[in-house]
Amino acid sequence: MDWKFIAEYIPLYQEAAALTVKIGIAGIAAAIGTGLVCGMIGYYRVPVLGRIVSAYVELSRNTPLLIQLFFIYYGLPKIGIRTDAKACGMAGLAFLGGGYMAETFRSGIEAVDAIQEESACSLGLNKVQTIWYVILPQALAVSMPAFVANVIFLLKETSVFSAVSLMDLMFTAKDLIGIYYNTTESLFLLVIFYLLILLPVSVLGSILERRARYAGFGT
Amino acid sequence: MPDLGLEVLWKGKNLIRLLGGLGIALRISLVSVLISIGLGTLLGMVRRKEKGLPKVIMRLYLEFIRIMPQLVLLFLVYFGTTRSFGWDLSGETAAVIVFSLWGTAEMSDLVRGALNSIPVHQYESAEALGLWEKQIYRYVILPQAVRRLLPPAINLVTRMIKTTSLVLMIGVVEVLKVAQQIIEANRMSSPNAAFGVYLAVFVIYFCACWPVSLAAKKLERRWR
Amino acid sequence: MEREVLEISHLRKQYDGQTVIDDLSLTVHEGEVIVVIGPSGCGKSTLLRCVNALEDIQGGQIRLHGEPISQKSRNLQQLRQKVGMVFQNYELFPHMNVLDNILLAPVKAQKRARREVKEEAMALLGRVGLENRAESYPRQLSGGQKQRVAIVRALCMHPELLLFDEVTAALDPEMVREVLEVILDLADQGRTMLVVTHEMQFARAVADRIIFLDQGRICEEGPPETFFDAPKTERAEKFLKTFTFERKNKSKSGIRPGEEKL
Repeated sequence: MDWKFIAEYIPLYQEAAALTVKIGIAGIAAAIGTGLVCGMIGYYRVPVLGRIVSAYVELSRNTPLLIQLFFIYYGLPKIGIRTDAKACGMAGLAFLGGGYMAETFRSGIEAVDAIQEESACSLGLNKVQTIWYVILPQALAVSMPAFVANVIFLLKETSVFSAVSLMDLMFTAKDLIGIYYNTTESLFLLVIFYLLILLPVSVLGSILERRARYAGFGT
Repeated sequence: MPDLGLEVLWKGKNLIRLLGGLGIALRISLVSVLISIGLGTLLGMVRRKEKGLPKVIMRLYLEFIRIMPQLVLLFLVYFGTTRSFGWDLSGETAAVIVFSLWGTAEMSDLVRGALNSIPVHQYESAEALGLWEKQIYRYVILPQAVRRLLPPAINLVTRMIKTTSLVLMIGVVEVLKVAQQIIEANRMSSPNAAFGVYLAVFVIYFCACWPVSLAAKKLERRWR
Repeated sequence: MEREVLEISHLRKQYDGQTVIDDLSLTVHEGEVIVVIGPSGCGKSTLLRCVNALEDIQGGQIRLHGEPISQKSRNLQQLRQKVGMVFQNYELFPHMNVLDNILLAPVKAQKRARREVKEEAMALLGRVGLENRAESYPRQLSGGQKQRVAIVRALCMHPELLLFDEVTAALDPEMVREVLEVILDLADQGRTMLVVTHEMQFARAVADRIIFLDQGRICEEGPPETFFDAPKTERAEKFLKTFTFERKNKSKSGIRPGEEKL
């Protein structure tokens, strides 16, 4: 192992990791928003919109991110929709993640007993109050494990960003391998940096999961 | 109507070539899935009984596979083995190795989860009826476990197919690579080919994955 | 005669073409305790759910202080606030502690001051013997405690009518009493109540009037003493018989394996 090489190129990886995290967070935030809205529309079977949402969910869940990115980055400009690499990465992540999050939230809402809704109604709460104070908190708690799994999955998916020439970790590693043939060191740094990003999320996730577990309220 | 570059698809054997690319992706998925199901089932059953050091090592392996992006694993195997062991793996072989490692980890989780989901009462009531352990598994546990296992196992196939799109990055000529070649070759005659061809790739992948997910969903609903 | 609180006239309720409640009329006066009993599937719970507009109805009318209540009522929230309902499985909100469960609706739906409601809630909790469980979460409580909290939650809305839907059916036998005593206490306070229950002893003690429901119709009604001691209809008599047991054959001859006479 060439430690001098490693020390020299750590800053480069740091930059790349920062980019991955930044776009990852923005994309996942957008995916959560999309997922919440689509999940509610899906659960309440809103006419017309419900059909559009379920088509979107199927499309996003049954195609790879890499291909979504290629289509957004190379295909769409031909009909006049241009995005830079960062926006494309974000949009791709939001498109993919929105579908997964929508399914997660919808099944979370479904898991809340219908009689809980009735119980809230019988107390005279209106529809919005019922959803906000009674249904959503329980639904989110139920969907926490799947939600955390989605976040980790989406962060991992960011590894294909290099395909649309974003200078992320994969791009950096491949570049260094190509230029210096320091394969071992480049790959070592690649693994370390992905661990640095993903391990904390995974640990935080399992803590959150334990706390929010349905049966865990109040313990 | 703007030029959508769709006509390129009908030119020569372009569409056939794209589908041929899909064939390679499907072949990689199929081989990996078969290996994963075999090894994963074994591993899942073994994992319920193991203790001590093997358990720790297994846990580390599984966590590493789970947490690393598949693309990183591909790089590790494709570039790493050449460097460390002097192997010259083809991209396709590297892909099968990585997807099998990953699929085995996932499958073993599913198998373990399915077996653990059967309540202890089921074992106990079967024992109370005087059945042998083999009979308990054969008639009581497995039929229930398989029902829980099958939908997510089928979903694993979809995920595998989607993940094969990554092999482009280690130089395997599959759908996306063919698409790039077609676009490049028709750069002059149809400048907008990128839209039509990538749209086609999008649709092709969707058509490969959707029926499989649909089947999983149907089974899940029927067996709930 | 006291004021009428609830007036049900010619109520009809169908599920997928099947009639669950058929031309049912019933008037509940202020301070009256009505106990609805009947075999399972006779429509008792459905009746209660209709009163709170949790079900849509196919015919007839339900009036609360003269105001029609149905899923189409424009001021449904206000109407429901006047009707307190307690469910078989408590239906406390698992993500909130006892106090927040009780305060949610008065504060959010009725826009009352949190502090004022809290005082009232604590007083009521004290009355049902739970003043020290205000900070507990539902899962830390026993079934009987949960049900008492659910009753307090309903009371805090200052309802004019209380609905109890088999509130002891999910409880262990030793907890039934603590809940029923709370309801008896409410009856003594002069609350207007509509109670569905399978506890016949309790029904007899708490009711001003018994309604016997069978196949979606009122089959018999009257004061509890008359109903339990001298039911007028054959169906009521048959129903009451299901609560007594006797053994036909007490001979001591054993049975050997393989000789079962089935």
